[in-house]
Amino acid sequence: MGAVTAGRVVRVAGPLVEVRDIGPVAMHDLVTLGPSAIPGEVVAIRDGLVSLQAYEYTGGLGPGAAAVPAGRPLSVRLGPGLLGRVFDGLLRPLSSAPAFLRPGAAIKDGDQAWYFEARVSEGDAVRPGQLLGVVADAGALEHRVLVPPGTSGVVECLADGKCAADAVIATVGGVPVGLCADWPVRVPRPYRVRRTAVEPLRTGQRVVDLLFPIARGSAAAVPGGFGTGKTVLLQQLAKWCDADVIVYIGCGERGNELAEVVAELFELTDPRTGGRLADRTVVIANTSNMPMMAREASIYTGVAVAEFYRDMGYHAVVIADSTSRWAEALREFASRTGALPAEEGYPADLASALAAFYERAGSVETLGGSSGSVTIIGAVSPPGGDMTEPVTAHTERFVRARWTLDRDLAYSRHYPAVSWSSSFSRDAPAIGSHHVRENDPNWPARRDRVIALLAEADRLAALAELVGAATLSAPERVVLLGGRLLRDGVLQQSALSTVDASGGDEKAAALVEAVLAVVDECRRLVGAGVAVEDVEEFDFTELVRLRERAGPRDVELIGRSRDAVLAGLRRLT
Amino acid sequence: MTGGVEFTGVRELRGPLVVVADVTGVGWDEFVRIRLSSGELRHGLVLEVDHDLAVVQVLEGTAGMSCAGTALEFTGSPFGIPVGTGWLGRVCGGRGQPIDGGPPVFGTRREPVTGAPLNPTWREPPAEPVLTGVSAIDALTTLVRGQKLPLFSLPGLPHLELATQIAAQSTVGGAQFCVVFAGIGLTHADAAFARDALEERSAAGELVLLLNTADDPVVERILTPRIALTVAEELAFRGGRHVLVVMTDMTSYAEALREVSAARGEIPARRSYPGYLYSDLASLFERCGRIRGRPGSVTVLPVLTMPGGDITHPVPDLTGYITEGQIVFSAEAHARGVYPPVAPLASLSRLMRNGAGAGRTRADHLDVAAQLLAALARAQQVRDLAELIGLSGLSRTDRAYLEFEEAFRGELLGQRRGETRSLDDTLERAWRVLLRLPRSELAMLPTALLEQR
Repeated sequence: MGAVTAGRVVRVAGPLVEVRDIGPVAMHDLVTLGPSAIPGEVVAIRDGLVSLQAYEYTGGLGPGAAAVPAGRPLSVRLGPGLLGRVFDGLLRPLSSAPAFLRPGAAIKDGDQAWYFEARVSEGDAVRPGQLLGVVADAGALEHRVLVPPGTSGVVECLADGKCAADAVIATVGGVPVGLCADWPVRVPRPYRVRRTAVEPLRTGQRVVDLLFPIARGSAAAVPGGFGTGKTVLLQQLAKWCDADVIVYIGCGERGNELAEVVAELFELTDPRTGGRLADRTVVIANTSNMPMMAREASIYTGVAVAEFYRDMGYHAVVIADSTSRWAEALREFASRTGALPAEEGYPADLASALAAFYERAGSVETLGGSSGSVTIIGAVSPPGGDMTEPVTAHTERFVRARWTLDRDLAYSRHYPAVSWSSSFSRDAPAIGSHHVRENDPNWPARRDRVIALLAEADRLAALAELVGAATLSAPERVVLLGGRLLRDGVLQQSALSTVDASGGDEKAAALVEAVLAVVDECRRLVGAGVAVEDVEEFDFTELVRLRERAGPRDVELIGRSRDAVLAGLRRLT
Repeated sequence: MTGGVEFTGVRELRGPLVVVADVTGVGWDEFVRIRLSSGELRHGLVLEVDHDLAVVQVLEGTAGMSCAGTALEFTGSPFGIPVGTGWLGRVCGGRGQPIDGGPPVFGTRREPVTGAPLNPTWREPPAEPVLTGVSAIDALTTLVRGQKLPLFSLPGLPHLELATQIAAQSTVGGAQFCVVFAGIGLTHADAAFARDALEERSAAGELVLLLNTADDPVVERILTPRIALTVAEELAFRGGRHVLVVMTDMTSYAEALREVSAARGEIPARRSYPGYLYSDLASLFERCGRIRGRPGSVTVLPVLTMPGGDITHPVPDLTGYITEGQIVFSAEAHARGVYPPVAPLASLSRLMRNGAGAGRTRADHLDVAAQLLAALARAQQVRDLAELIGLSGLSRTDRAYLEFEEAFRGELLGQRRGETRSLDDTLERAWRVLLRLPRSELAMLPTALLEQR
């Protein structure tokens, strides 16, 4: 035997294809269908009838067409050359595909050769995850070739120098190790142990870093209705967060937007390395008009790529926009297979699928003993802005932070429209202790004060809408003013600004301190008998504009402006 | 491949569907010719093939069909139409059949109407405006070439008037431009109105008009926008034209989709619309864009009515998630007699910052638009406040905001039907409206600009 037997298609309904006589196949195995070899994945087997989900348009496919098992699960080829490029949901390079994507027009990668530099010697005994060598010409980030999981022994036949992408660079314990390796996307890559130490992922967005920070290896969800600036926020995170590798998954979203983000990444400079931001980014694009089932796979593909870099000892961030579209693909397919629907037609295993995805985030000690992390940030697009719908409701149980985007804030052009009242971060206490250890002992107290002031201002604003601000007491009106100053002077951050698009810890701390000092002074003034109207009508423009003027470390300028505003206020007496 | 072979084993007729048995060599999504016993020819698409059974949806509906005497011929290829400049100046029905008394539309090639997804790496980010000659849109929600910008309306509001006005008078500043107007589920009166309003541009050979009326078969409605977009893609990406595709009313389209889905016994999602409504709408709207290295563009302006005025209804909600902004009508503005009754604060064009400003429209455009919106937001707050405490309790500045809002509606937003305003006219009106406010309130305008006034 050994020869691959072809089965035949018996039923086609959109992406659902059923085949018979295909011989032994396993769940999640890859099968190619018809003359244009459309890839499909086994999702059910019953009495010899095998159900597949096809990853491309199945037009023209009909009963009798051949179905050839590939003998392996849906896998992607991981190796050098991923950074700085755009791929589809099955990690096939789109950069080298034609303008219009027709099924069967197989997307092939150019056979690029790489320069491999060995870091071990023949005869060395190596263990899984250990460094074999690096690819010298793979870009700014050192590309490390590791001993694959489950392989160990003595290194033989070690290559050195130029080799093709599909070259074998060594044998380890008699097993050939390639420069690139296939990995089944649905299987989490193994690691030694999860690390418990917490270090913050700096996102460059003040509202996140100050109020709802996340740790490296955490997961965060960004729910927001349309028009709340969700995509812009995610793009800002992709550009400015301090990770080594960003995997940006455009999952069922707009083509023009994706084109724009790619164009921007190629233009912008990475403040950490001086190279292009694109050189640390892998873009996985499955726009909303591309085949639906590849959208389902794209999420796993993205995480597998991130884990690949994590294993090299890097900090990777997966940004998925939007997981709701992925859930819709699950629903669409479940309905085709006639699965019993749960809430709103979603399959009953939606919650476990979401959990399995977010649980692939983590900060770990790799097989090779270095530390790396995968952080997952997933957008959620609740239909009608309804936060109780299944995808939003399930997601928030599995994430460490939720950055809820508020439509009212977005309508009043307050960006990023992250709501302070309905967001949370379960990492905040641990990150607070980290800041305390790392030379900012006031961090937890400052965060508490900001949150308390914002909450109090919200409560009073709701009251003022009913009874009018004039009926509030003077200290209460100072609280209202303080809330406004915090919102305008600290939390707002323009994605288009050349100075303020990305913040910094020092600047954020200084801005908050400045606003709080001014609020304290206002409170003192009204306590000392100054008319609250005079305080309210004071020109705070300098304070509010400060975020647009001060660079990431310009603490001095912020201090000077604060003092100028304070001095101006004192003249009111 | 199998063209020519007819199958007659019709087993089931249900809603718009025919189930035919004992077929061989049939592929999914194939185009089918159906011959009735009366000799009448109808058309269909394969929805599912299961062993020797094929489920076909009939474009013209199953009325009058019987199991006996119906023969189906499978063409072996998806539903396609001839494409090319032959469409310009024509008036056709929802399936692309001529209704202007002319011959069938000919083209040099045929293209499947489903289209193929555009490789996102080939997309050129949109950057130049389409000038609609409507102040509310040009000033505040500039339509950008390659964008998809929907118009959210309510039943009874003049969205068809505005859609035809935009279709009739839009330009792209000298470059080759044409319009594909797809009427989906229009009443006969509306269809006649659209024909009338677009006659001039049609006669000039700059317009393709597709009209599916409300009493046409429901499946046909699913094809109409696809035909429109296929025609547009050819005119744009091979013909080098800038093409504006206006599609109205997409709510009728979604209802047609729901009807077919229900007939197929699919599991419904929100409000009984099929679970794939998002992907289906995206497969239409995402066909807009520009391609690197090619001159033309496809801009999509879908019009939809929000049932019950509910913006969270699945059709406007999913549309909003796909499109790059939205123009929203307000019943309140309509009641005040404003045309077009656009609600500026709820409207947004996400690509405006790329398509307006220096070198695109006018250097002061983005600042003026930002200032207008900020002032309108403040004016609304003042109006809310005035309702509580009365006009007399307002400060002088607050009263200026109310006057500003009045002037905004009267001089900038309000426009006669059929009136085309140049961009300069629109922006000068915007300045006049803004200057009703004290200069200290115009903080978003650069001082250099203010000093010139």
